[in-house]
Amino acid sequence: MVLAFAVSALVAIALISDMVAPRLLESWSRYRARRQRVPELSLDPGRDRRAEQTARELLRSCVGEEEWAMYRDLGLIRVWGRFPRAHSGGEYAYLIYPHRPIVAYEPQTGRLLGEYCVEFPDETRPYGSARLPDSDDVLAKWMVLTGDEPRLLADSNMHLPGRQHDVSAVTRDLWRLSRWEQSRMREITAGDRLPTG
Amino acid sequence: MKPGHGEVVIAEGDVELPQDEARLVAEFRHQLDAGLWAAVPVAQGDGRREAKMVRAFEDVPRDAERVIFFPRAAGG
Repeated sequence: MVLAFAVSALVAIALISDMVAPRLLESWSRYRARRQRVPELSLDPGRDRRAEQTARELLRSCVGEEEWAMYRDLGLIRVWGRFPRAHSGGEYAYLIYPHRPIVAYEPQTGRLLGEYCVEFPDETRPYGSARLPDSDDVLAKWMVLTGDEPRLLADSNMHLPGRQHDVSAVTRDLWRLSRWEQSRMREITAGDRLPTG
Repeated sequence: MKPGHGEVVIAEGDVELPQDEARLVAEFRHQLDAGLWAAVPVAQGDGRREAKMVRAFEDVPRDAERVIFFPRAAGG
C-alpha cells in the first residue's frame, strides 16, 4: 500500500515537474537577465553636427571666397573643367554636391553631360561610419577635381544624366547659380562704385 | 579628414628643423601607406584656389601651410 502510494507520488511529481520546470527556468533566466549589465551605447547626437561644423571651416579655408559663398548659399560648388577635348571640345564645368554624384554640364547651353559617381569611404571606420561629413566630401571632390581631374574621372563611375540626380532639379540649380552670379556681380559692381571719401 | 570628426591634426612641425622634418616625413609616409591621398591647397597668382595632389613628401611645397589627407576615391 505504501509502495503504491510512493510510486504514485513520484509519478505525480515527475508529471508536475515536467510542466513547471520550464516555467521556473524561464523565470530564472528573466531574473538573471534583469540583473545583467546592459552595455551602454555611447551615442552622441552632437558628434555629427560638430564634425560638419569643423569640416565647413576646413572647406572655407581651402576653397576660394567665391566657391565658399556658392556652397554657403546654394549648397554646391562649380568647378571649371580643364580638358575641353574630354567633352566634345567645348567649355564645360562640374557641379559638386555633398554625397551625390558630380554633374558635368555645358555652361553655354546648360546641357547636362553626365554624372560622375564617386565616394571617399574610410574603410578603417574609426567612428563606426565610413561616411565623411558633407563638407569634407565636397572638399575631397574639389581637391581631386582641381588637382587631378583625369584621376577623379578615372576612379568614378560615369552615367548619363538622370541616373541619381533629378535632371529638373539640376537644371533648376543651374538657374539658381546663374541668378546668384548675377546678383553677386551687381553687389561687386555696386561696391566698386561706392564713394571712398 | 575623419568620418564623424571632420579635421584632425595629425602632426605639426617646421620643415626647416631637421627633427621636425623627419617626423613629418614619417607621418606623411604612414598616412599614404594607410591608403590615404594627400593634397595641398594652393593659391594661384590670380587669386584662384586649387589643390595640388602630392604622392611624395618632396612634392609638398616648402612653404605649404598644411597637407590634407583624405580617403581615396572609389566609384560610387
